[in-house]
Amino acid sequence: MKYAYYPGCSLESTGMEYNLSAKAVAKHFGVQLEEIDDWNCCGASAAHSTSHLLSIALPARTLALAERQGLDVAVPCAACFNRMKGAQIEVRESPKMRDTIQEVIDMEYTAQYEVKALLDVLVNELGIGRIKEAVTRPISGLKVAAYYGCLLVRPPKTMCFDDPEDPQTMDKLVEALGGEAVNWSYKVECCGAGHSTMKPSVGIPMIKDIIKNAKLNGANCFITACPLCFLNLDMRQAAAGELAKDSFQMPVFYFTQLMGMAIGYSPKELGLNKHFVDPMKLLNDKEIFRHPDTRREKA
Amino acid sequence: MKRVGVFVCHCGSNIASVVDVKRVAEAANKMQGVAFATDYQYMCSEPGQDVIIKAIKEHRLERVVVAACSPRLHEPTFRKTIEKAGLNPYFVEMANLREHCSWVHSKDKEGATLKAIDLVRKAVSKVNKTFPLFPGEIPVEKRCLIIGGGIAGIQAAIDVADQGYEVVILEREATIGGKMAILDKTFPTMDCSACICTPKMVDAAQHPNVKLYTWSELESVGGYVGNFEVTIRKKARYVDLGKCTGCGICETKCPKKVPSEFDFGLGQRPCIYKPFPQAVPNKPVIDAKNCRKLLENKCGVCAKVCPTNAINYEDKDELVTEKFGAIIMATGYELYDWTKDFGEYGYGKYPDVIMGLQFERLVNASGPTMGKIKRPSDGKVPKNIVIVKCVGSRSTEKGKSYCSKFCCMYTAKHATQILEKIPDANVYIFYMDVRTPGKMYDEFYMRTKEGYGAIYLKGQVSKIYQEGESLVVKGEDILAGKPIQVKADMVILATAAASVYDAPEVAQKVGFSYDKDGFFTEAHPKLRPVETNTAGVYLAGCCQGPKDIPETVSQATAAAAKVGSLFSKDKMATNPMISEVNEKLCSGCGLCIPVCPYKAIELKTITERVHGGQVQRQVASVNAGLCQGCGPCTVACRSGAINLKGFTNQQILAEVDTACL
Repeated sequence: MKYAYYPGCSLESTGMEYNLSAKAVAKHFGVQLEEIDDWNCCGASAAHSTSHLLSIALPARTLALAERQGLDVAVPCAACFNRMKGAQIEVRESPKMRDTIQEVIDMEYTAQYEVKALLDVLVNELGIGRIKEAVTRPISGLKVAAYYGCLLVRPPKTMCFDDPEDPQTMDKLVEALGGEAVNWSYKVECCGAGHSTMKPSVGIPMIKDIIKNAKLNGANCFITACPLCFLNLDMRQAAAGELAKDSFQMPVFYFTQLMGMAIGYSPKELGLNKHFVDPMKLLNDKEIFRHPDTRREKA
Repeated sequence: MKRVGVFVCHCGSNIASVVDVKRVAEAANKMQGVAFATDYQYMCSEPGQDVIIKAIKEHRLERVVVAACSPRLHEPTFRKTIEKAGLNPYFVEMANLREHCSWVHSKDKEGATLKAIDLVRKAVSKVNKTFPLFPGEIPVEKRCLIIGGGIAGIQAAIDVADQGYEVVILEREATIGGKMAILDKTFPTMDCSACICTPKMVDAAQHPNVKLYTWSELESVGGYVGNFEVTIRKKARYVDLGKCTGCGICETKCPKKVPSEFDFGLGQRPCIYKPFPQAVPNKPVIDAKNCRKLLENKCGVCAKVCPTNAINYEDKDELVTEKFGAIIMATGYELYDWTKDFGEYGYGKYPDVIMGLQFERLVNASGPTMGKIKRPSDGKVPKNIVIVKCVGSRSTEKGKSYCSKFCCMYTAKHATQILEKIPDANVYIFYMDVRTPGKMYDEFYMRTKEGYGAIYLKGQVSKIYQEGESLVVKGEDILAGKPIQVKADMVILATAAASVYDAPEVAQKVGFSYDKDGFFTEAHPKLRPVETNTAGVYLAGCCQGPKDIPETVSQATAAAAKVGSLFSKDKMATNPMISEVNEKLCSGCGLCIPVCPYKAIELKTITERVHGGQVQRQVASVNAGLCQGCGPCTVACRSGAINLKGFTNQQILAEVDTACL
């Protein structure tokens, strides 16, 4: 399996550990991620709130570059994935838009290759069976709230890889890794996105509600596939805890980190030392890394 | 060339404000074969018709063109007019200057006038090729089949039977009564549904002209208006209705209990059961899917306790074929299955999120809680109740695009029922709009809101989830412009009313059309609302579209009246504008048979003399009773042997020539 890889801006900065762990896990399973040469920002919400054309053209340029590599594209960030998939579908379905975009980006782009979420690639394409086989260090004891956020599976007609209201991909993954996927209610609620920075009075309560609900339903950590969701849940957890008058202490993991852990990678290789909410306490409590039989060399 | 008269109608200003009618009449006067042309303000009015009659006599007209509205509206009118003047009624042709011209070209008056002239020219050339047509006669079997035994079917049955005709009610459940028997009270008067429905059920069952086939399904329908041949599957009941006295001992002794369909899973029933205590017929059936005797050949308690030996485990389905002159469709509706599409409301995994009909059972004195409102999960009396309207209705994304019509009223009813039984309850109703047209309906809604204090919140619900023992309902109050959150003990969803899952299949069996949502299509939305496009098949109740009880009952009575007028004659006239086969040209290929939507064509063997010998061969033959004159057979016929009378190939070609040459 070989994919053109689009890390996006977050994975170069706040989501560095996502990038690290994604590459490690992909390599382990023989999924080649070939970084797109000269990729640019997907435009995020800034582009589509200013100009519809810009919001298509920015991801289309990167997709056009990937098309030269002749590969389907794997996108780790939920927001990037959303923008790229949207652009691809619009270009694919409207010849008029295709002509416009080709003129704007001054490149050929036919939208013939697929855009996939890295989660989709590493779970559905790879197959739960293969993942299960590779597990040497089950994450037993972790009660995981799988948090998908609002962008990863919506709008359903565009994203079309999981149920928009009760998605299951990460829940299945957690079970395969030996953890327990908690049944909870805030799986696809919005994390507040940039509001936690721009307007904390709106953003922080949203984060608080998510963490509260996960905790209420018995979770002891989160799994996510979006760097912004991660950032909000991790970095703003202290502020949210203050608001809730509760010190939450709920570590947040990228799904690739949990996968890496379970197949034997060390905390450092997965960037677990970069979290605001220290995950090591929980992981040590549950003796995930102490299991005698789970050295990576054996994996 | 015949002597043709052209009569151009102004239709008030409908046509005349766009089309220059005088110019059309003048142009018509110059057309070949036209002996007389004039215009008049309302051709369909009595003086207008007199203009035509007078002109026919004065100008010795042989054919008539009326350039006015759609033939669907006034062709029958003008046929009668020229018949009065002594012409064959089928010698009139209509040029549609209204729907096909003035209404659609109102911005281009010159163009519209030129098109009107062309339409008249075409009609003149067509009418020239018309032959006289004469309606035929077929006998009428004066028995009516009613499919569906809900309130629509019951009302229609009583009304047809009262006119002196025999009626059969076909019902797939073990009892008649339908959805109305499930309900607790009826808006806006709050009559107890059972008190007004069950007596009607008994009336129907005891009527000397009514026969009930409950626990039976429609197998197939053949024949045509006045002469339908219907095969009915009487499903194995395992209880001999002749011997059973309905004592109910078997029900109390049956050891196995399963969720009751009648209570939508909120209560339990034994495996030999009556759906509810007032069932008609008041005799049980055995649920073959769950009965231990039938599944594993164990138990057999019901047979042991039955005092009249009415239990027969060997019972088999039975097919009966009967003749009917008319069919009334009264198959009703079912609630849209929200659990497939509404993940935001939990896909049905929260026990305290229920549908309106489930609430009817919860609040019903004969329901599983004896009328005490207790929530399904733990039997606690709920204090905060949220009602969500338009779940699956009025949505282009999920569910149905239409308004289900009766939910606004029944949610108001539910709110008053809750507030009457639990006075300190809070009822929150999320709505898109409140639609309450109907006698005393809006007054009822205002009373719910202002008298009882139900809290109406305009906005949709985005999410429902469980938090501990209660449910959290997140939504929006668009009047306040704020997202809101309500903690609820129970949520009632007003789910869309949908067509019954197999309604399209039933419509195909009987042979008439249905719409995109599976509701049966009436022949004309305004002027023929209880007839289908198949003669002799009528509609009553929700099978045609969601409607409340008063509307359903009116439509049922209307359908019964239609059946009465059909049965009032011993023979009925048939439409002569049907297909005919020229046997000399027909090769008997049979291509016309599959294209016929009314199953009106079959092959027959004829004997011909060829070169002194006799040859037998097959040709197509059109059943005059079944043929509706729709015409696909004429197109499918390779040798041009089939012609549609009134729309013959010669007539159509004459029109095409006129339009193109």
